[in-house]
Amino acid sequence: MNAITDFLTQGHDAWTDVGAVTDIPLRGARRVPTPEGDIAVFRTGDGKVFALRDQCPHKGGPLSQGIVHGHAVTCPLHSWNIDLSSGEPMGADKGKGCTPVVPLRVEGGRILLASKRRAA
Amino acid sequence: MNRQKLVVVGNGMAGCRAVEEILKRAPNRYEIAIFGAEPRVNYNRIMLSPVLAGEKTFEDIVINDEAWYRDNGITLHAGRAVTAVDPAAKVVRAEGELEAPYDVLILANGSDPVRLPLPGADLKGVVTFRDLDDVGAMVAAAETDGGKAVVIGGGLLGLEAAYGLAKRGMGATVVHLMEVLMERQLDESAGYLLTEALKDKGVETVLGAHSEEILGEDGKVSGLRLKDGRVLPCDILVMAVGIRPNGALSRAAGLKVNRGVVVDDQMRTSDPSIFAVGECAEHRGVAYGLVAPIFEMCRTLAEVLTDGEAAYEGSVLSTRLKVSGVDVFSAGRFSGGEGCEDIVFRDAGRGVYKRLVLEDGKVAGAVLFGDAVDGAWYFDLMKSGRDVSDIRETLVFGQAVTEGLSGLDPSSAVAAMADTAEICGCNGVCKGQITQAITSQGLTTLDDVRAVTKASASCGSCTPLVEQVLKLTLGDGFKAHEGPKPVCKCTHHGHAIVRQRIVSEQLKSIPAVMQALEWTTADGCASCRPALNYYLICAWPGEYRDDKQSRFINERAHANIQKDGTYSVVPRMWGGVTSAAELRAIADVVEKFDIPTVKVTGGQRIDLLGVRKDDLPKVWSDLNAAGMVSGHAYAKGLRTVKTCVGTEWCRFGTQDSTGLGVRLEKFMWGSWSPAKVKLAVSGCPRNCAEATCKDIGVICVDSGYEIHLGGAAGLHIKGTELLTKVASENEAVWAICAVMQLYREEGFYLERIYKWMDRVGLESIRAQIEDPEQRRALYDRFAFSQRFFRIDPWAQHVAGRENHEFNPMSRRMEFEPA
Repeated sequence: MNAITDFLTQGHDAWTDVGAVTDIPLRGARRVPTPEGDIAVFRTGDGKVFALRDQCPHKGGPLSQGIVHGHAVTCPLHSWNIDLSSGEPMGADKGKGCTPVVPLRVEGGRILLASKRRAA
Repeated sequence: MNRQKLVVVGNGMAGCRAVEEILKRAPNRYEIAIFGAEPRVNYNRIMLSPVLAGEKTFEDIVINDEAWYRDNGITLHAGRAVTAVDPAAKVVRAEGELEAPYDVLILANGSDPVRLPLPGADLKGVVTFRDLDDVGAMVAAAETDGGKAVVIGGGLLGLEAAYGLAKRGMGATVVHLMEVLMERQLDESAGYLLTEALKDKGVETVLGAHSEEILGEDGKVSGLRLKDGRVLPCDILVMAVGIRPNGALSRAAGLKVNRGVVVDDQMRTSDPSIFAVGECAEHRGVAYGLVAPIFEMCRTLAEVLTDGEAAYEGSVLSTRLKVSGVDVFSAGRFSGGEGCEDIVFRDAGRGVYKRLVLEDGKVAGAVLFGDAVDGAWYFDLMKSGRDVSDIRETLVFGQAVTEGLSGLDPSSAVAAMADTAEICGCNGVCKGQITQAITSQGLTTLDDVRAVTKASASCGSCTPLVEQVLKLTLGDGFKAHEGPKPVCKCTHHGHAIVRQRIVSEQLKSIPAVMQALEWTTADGCASCRPALNYYLICAWPGEYRDDKQSRFINERAHANIQKDGTYSVVPRMWGGVTSAAELRAIADVVEKFDIPTVKVTGGQRIDLLGVRKDDLPKVWSDLNAAGMVSGHAYAKGLRTVKTCVGTEWCRFGTQDSTGLGVRLEKFMWGSWSPAKVKLAVSGCPRNCAEATCKDIGVICVDSGYEIHLGGAAGLHIKGTELLTKVASENEAVWAICAVMQLYREEGFYLERIYKWMDRVGLESIRAQIEDPEQRRALYDRFAFSQRFFRIDPWAQHVAGRENHEFNPMSRRMEFEPA
């Protein structure tokens, strides 16, 4: 099981500052690499920040490369629309899998992603 | 009776309201003393904006005059800042060696405006916007004729400051770090409208602007320099970038302080005799800066201090901008989620934008621009948590409509409308006129009604209403309207009308188009945004700023995304001609970056597949160094020009087909179009370059050049049709560029040339290309546009533009989750 989905079932014990909200273009996304694959961090038109595992539930397409609209992203490979708050496909593809959501906090304009402390 | 001593630190909105609330409940319970740092009575701080604008005077905004303090037996120490609180001795100390003992202490010492630590921040003429003295400084600055003001901060306060200064005759400019004004309250659409409305009021806006240094002359402010080098001259500079709760006094007294002094639901600090309300307080992790929650805190506190029971549980916020004639309201939140739903309404004619966010059938947020009368109603619905599913259909039209029509379906709602009710706002057509036209003239279709009455003929937003009227009047005789296919689900307009109105109404940004054409979503979708971006690029070359976030990833990354998230890179080879040096450079790049696959494409180019995104700028840099530029193999734009060797080598060649291909490609590369455009030039009718299945193909013959149009060899296979024949190579270039421009101007986004040709007809295209004047005008427009787009995007990225596209945001988690 990968560490990102671990957060959902086992929780996490640290927050990692990955940058400022303004480092992400409005209606855009950036990648944060982890040993288990990239996390996609999105900033929507109304300034909200979301983080998902950077893999479409369909064929693993990098969601960070998609077009962000409303609170959704369109996967660049086959145009599935993914709900940024739940990681679930929308419309006709609803119910076909789900992309794990990465918990995050925004504090003083900085984005903190849930992470695990490294074993010493 | 020995009354308890109540001391209040702070003579502002919170402190005085708390005292008023206490007096209301128990007039004689406390002996009250109020300390205020400002040397004046209590005034309504939130009305300083109208004072600045000259719409009110100080006297108008005084809440409690001296008589109030006297009549209620309150001792006012105005102009005496409290310097210390001693909780052990239960005494406060103030300037002038004043001491006051207390039984109960209320801290209401508010907040300080944040001052940016910019070089030059201490110059004369750099002010904040907090109290009457600040207003005085601004008013004085406005007395100089032709003075200029710069306001840093495009939030509520900054905009009100800028408006006030503009109203007093200054040229005012707001400099805002974010891309949207009031981004915490407004979305992009409302922010755009606000920017436009402020422009009409004399306030200019610079968005996405990083302030770098405040410039001065003789110790006085003279301008603001931005990071991008721009200098905005000014005689006064207002910093309105936020507030910071005053925590120093509380902290020194040993109270628990985070952002503000921490209070519980009874407004009690960590000392049981000390309470806090207002902007200095932090409740459940939130420090409030708006007046409504502060008044709620004061009510709770008054109950607690008069032996009542009350608990403050935090506030839901709403905001209204106090700029005359600009109606803005915002409340709640806009983060989506399960069961969240957006309702968007736009009325271009009246400049109205309304957006409601529903969550689980309840109102979770509202943004209103241009018509905010229903703000309070939405706010009530939001706070009460009422399920609005039953009134969802009419909710966005406001309280009057909803309550007037509750329980009716849309058609009975229209049936219930009076004959004098206006249906079409643009053309002022009432329901009765439409009904009358239908019956008296035997109209049966929407187009008939449009032609006769003009109803729904302009912006089209009342189309559903007009259809309902038709349906009601005709009964079974009604046939649903079959108009052009809408661009996407965000609009009912088709591509043609969108393109036409962008040009005729001079719409120059995506938010401008969405407002004018009354888009039904806040920021469009993955279908309409790229289309609008292209239409704007085509209509306003050199003027419109390309919106990268409205482009498909391939056009943003200037490479083609592959199934595994890597990219393919295709360098341009003019006319398909290359050299040993280029091939060597390509080979070096392949080895250096471990590129797994090298393949020759159908368009006579070399494709490097499997390049990691992080490596793209480095790959381009090496290719650039060898003189190669982007092949645009990813673009809705000019792709390749395929050629045969022509007269240079071939024994059958009739013209220099390679030379013409290279010339065309060197002139046309970089141009954007509705869909991809592939060209080919064959040197003789044997057609080795396969020109007759390309979007535009040239067949050279002895007597000149045949120009063919509308081929395809993909999903559909289609031979070209002959567009025209010309005698010289120059004429061939003119005709090809002209037809390319015509397609660029008329094509619908993603519509290939052969489909465009089917739609408009080859004859109409030929008529324009064979008319020398029209051909010339089309060619000129293409050439003008190319001045801005014949630029290598790779070189721009290598030079560092849009680096964020390629670099990870952070590498801090690269080794993290163990």
